[in-house]
Amino acid sequence: MLKVREIVDILDAQVLVGEENLELEIYSGCGADLMSDVMAFVKESVILCTGLVNPQVVRTCEMMDIKVICFVRGKVPGENIVELAREMGITVLTTKHPLFITCGKLYDAGLVGKGVWD
Amino acid sequence: MSNQAITLHYDIDAVDFSAAGEASSGVKRTLNQLGVNPAVVKRIAIAMYEAEINAIIHAGGGAADVEITPERVEVKISDNGPGIPDLEKAMTAGWSTASETVRELGFGAGMGLPNMKRYTDDMKVESKVGEGTVVTLIVNINS
Ligand SMILES: Nc1ncnc2c1ncn2[C@@H]1O[C@H](COP(=O)(O)OP(=O)(O)O)[C@@H](O)[C@H]1O
Ligand SMILES: [Mg+2]
Repeated sequence: MLKVREIVDILDAQVLVGEENLELEIYSGCGADLMSDVMAFVKESVILCTGLVNPQVVRTCEMMDIKVICFVRGKVPGENIVELAREMGITVLTTKHPLFITCGKLYDAGLVGKGVWD
Repeated sequence: MSNQAITLHYDIDAVDFSAAGEASSGVKRTLNQLGVNPAVVKRIAIAMYEAEINAIIHAGGGAADVEITPERVEVKISDNGPGIPDLEKAMTAGWSTASETVRELGFGAGMGLPNMKRYTDDMKVESKVGEGTVVTLIVNINS
């Protein structure tokens, strides 16, 4: 388990919106650029790490009750994406690390890939 | 929840991809307001979102009709697109005719129809080549 605040530290990430979730506890992670792959695995208390940047990333998280998104490789989403996340109460992070390293660091720090329905 | 059915209708517009998912978002909000179990809401939301996206990326848009009763939610996503020539193939996990452009938008993993099946209690696909497709998704509220 990691708090969002710890994830921010581990990934040297920037919080673009959703400071209110910094104390939230995250148990598992999902790294994907295809949203249907994300939706194939329902997990609880998830962070989604992705290199895809469009509003559908936020929509996918909304449908799945995912509260934290981390955009990788230094990608910074546009204001429309940040705004949608704000509306949905979703925290948006951005890190310089690529997807593989991002997932590796979080796995190393104790997040799992296993979901409740796996 | 009262015993009366609630019906909702949404047009699914394919012109602005950034708006994709607004119908599913609206239904999710309504179900949350009605106090439906969050795990059940999540299953409906995911299945409907996949169907909404399909209507946009494969059929040029369509419509969503939703009926909510105390027992169940029925979502009908209909379009006048090209139809599905081989339904069995389409239902196969990983099978997709999506273009590279669609993949760049984060879709086209070929998991949409399998995901819909997985998250619903009942699912029906009616499709005629050259006429269109109607996908019906049913989730029991007390399941
Ligand atoms: N509404 C639709 N109209 C026409 N073809 C469709 C529709 N929905 C699905 N299909 C066909 O079925 C295939 C599989 O759909 P799906 O499992 O959602 O995967 P994906 O959308 O990622 O391709 C699609 O690639 C497409 O060929
Ligand atoms: Mg699909």
